Amino acid sequence: MILEVRGLSVQFPSRRGILTAVDDVSFSIAPGEVLGVVGESGAGKSMTGLAVIRLLEPPGRISAGEVRLEGRRIDNLRHEEMRRIRGRKIGVIFQDPLTSLNPLYTIGEQLEETILTHLPLSKSQAREHALSLLREVGIPAPEARYANYPHHFSGGMRQRVVIALALAAEPRLLIADEPTTALDVSIQAQIIALLKRLAAERGAAVMLITHDMGVIAETAQRVAVMYAGRIVELGPVRDVIHSPRHPYTVGLMGSIPKLGVKQDRLLQIEGAMPRLTAIPPGCAFNPRCPRRFDRCLTARPELLAAGTSRAACWLHAPA
Amino acid sequence: MHLLSLDSVSRDFDVSRPWLNRVLEREPRRILRAVDHVSFEISKGETLALVGESGCGKSTVARLIAGLYAPTEGHIAFSGSRLQMIFQDPYASLNPRWRVRKIIAEPMLFLKVQRPVEQFLLQVGLSADDAERYPHEFSGGQRQRISIARALAGEPDLLICDEPTSALDVSVQAQILNLMADLQDRLGLTYLFISHNLAVVSLVADRVGVMYLGRIVELAPASRLFSSPRHPYTRMLLDAVPDLAMTGKPRTPVAGEVPNPLAPPSGCSFHPRCRYATARCQVEVPRFSDGVACHAVEEGRIPI
Repeated sequence: MILEVRGLSVQFPSRRGILTAVDDVSFSIAPGEVLGVVGESGAGKSMTGLAVIRLLEPPGRISAGEVRLEGRRIDNLRHEEMRRIRGRKIGVIFQDPLTSLNPLYTIGEQLEETILTHLPLSKSQAREHALSLLREVGIPAPEARYANYPHHFSGGMRQRVVIALALAAEPRLLIADEPTTALDVSIQAQIIALLKRLAAERGAAVMLITHDMGVIAETAQRVAVMYAGRIVELGPVRDVIHSPRHPYTVGLMGSIPKLGVKQDRLLQIEGAMPRLTAIPPGCAFNPRCPRRFDRCLTARPELLAAGTSRAACWLHAPA
Repeated sequence: MHLLSLDSVSRDFDVSRPWLNRVLEREPRRILRAVDHVSFEISKGETLALVGESGCGKSTVARLIAGLYAPTEGHIAFSGSRLQMIFQDPYASLNPRWRVRKIIAEPMLFLKVQRPVEQFLLQVGLSADDAERYPHEFSGGQRQRISIARALAGEPDLLICDEPTSALDVSVQAQILNLMADLQDRLGLTYLFISHNLAVVSLVADRVGVMYLGRIVELAPASRLFSSPRHPYTRMLLDAVPDLAMTGKPRTPVAGEVPNPLAPPSGCSFHPRCRYATARCQVEVPRFSDGVACHAVEEGRIPI
């Protein structure tokens, strides 16, 4: 396993007490595997990603659990050590490519700087490496674009540059947080294909965080569905999409409009996800759940085996 | 008699640099044609959707119809008396300093009969007490319900919805789309629905217009458009939608991106990305006839 996360919790002290944004989350990602992390806003999916790379905004902090990268614990490393690992072993792609690129430097300079910081290459070798990266992510005529600034690129091309930058030091783990959300569908399809190819070719582990189940269906092998800070279902993408086991996943899948499926109404989950200040006791989904029973109101379910997946739902408790 | 008809409507925007720069640097004026000879009709009680990628002009069409812009060329005829808009961002489109009661009552100032605000709140699935609260006390989905209640209060003949669910989570989007469908059934509303999301459009629309660089390239009943798209751009868009059913059906990979609208390609503006493009496509703008604007379709060169 490249990434192993066990019992990870993230807390924020606030005026209303300590808020738990990520609650006892465990998962792992194998080499060449894409794990999708899906959920609605506030479910804790981005927070989980930020905790893994230790970029949580204070006062947020990891309050429990451990994170291992290629077997080595990284959640307790000192700031300086973590900084080296972040560039070298972990590449990060965020939603808005403009926030990841420095507007005052050409893309060539930014790539070279990253490469020279992390790899033992000469300046001319770094340039060669940067050009081959740009070629790999599908920037046409990279020599001509090398001295261009980020604002010279379209949104889709910028996201390609960000991907090249994330790959520059040949990381083992790639964390992509909503990498295609800001892009048009036709560009999104190209970026998805690119991410998929790179993960397979380089044998890196990819954690793909998104709200879009379609993107997960196209890219990931396994998916973790998050709700109110917890993983409620974890399993192979095909099984989770075709036969979801947790009532929340069932509702989520039913509420997505699908092309080529004739339907008059969408399945609808009543209500909204609870705020962090008001997470109900028992299963956090119970106030909205059409299948709740007594046990759901008091006891919080762990992930239980459910077919080929695992679901945090008492419906799957062994009798 | 159509409720709304657009006859060859165009809209230009002047995006020139300031006068002094133009004189010193000998630059000509720069005109961006955001909407280019767009024609369509909407009948009472139907939902027409416009889809396309960012910059295709779909929101400009909405604003032209709402009268927020005047057309540069062409005519817009509206046989109803009132229209209302629902916007994408439920955080920006409600006055944060007004109580919900005042927000919803405002459009009624222009009507003869004032109806109770509570009636509209109940209609969109909120409670009567919500009238005394402020917008910041509501979630994104609830705010979009308030926007819809406000629009309904104006007793519109036509509702223009510009990406009404794009800022919402999928489960909330489902609630809003179901609500809009229910309201249409009960009140006989007419929608112009602007969206970039083809799956959402396939759910709500009776007819769909596909826009590319300011032009409508295909306009057809939704069932026809999604089962047998004709224009190469429509086909490309449909192929780009992630396959949630995971059927693994073969798809043509998407190539290229939308060109700069300041310097659109000659002839058919889609020709640089089109695998069916010929010399004719590079010089001659295809005429819109029989629901599609494409030389290859007209010449029968595209296999079905």
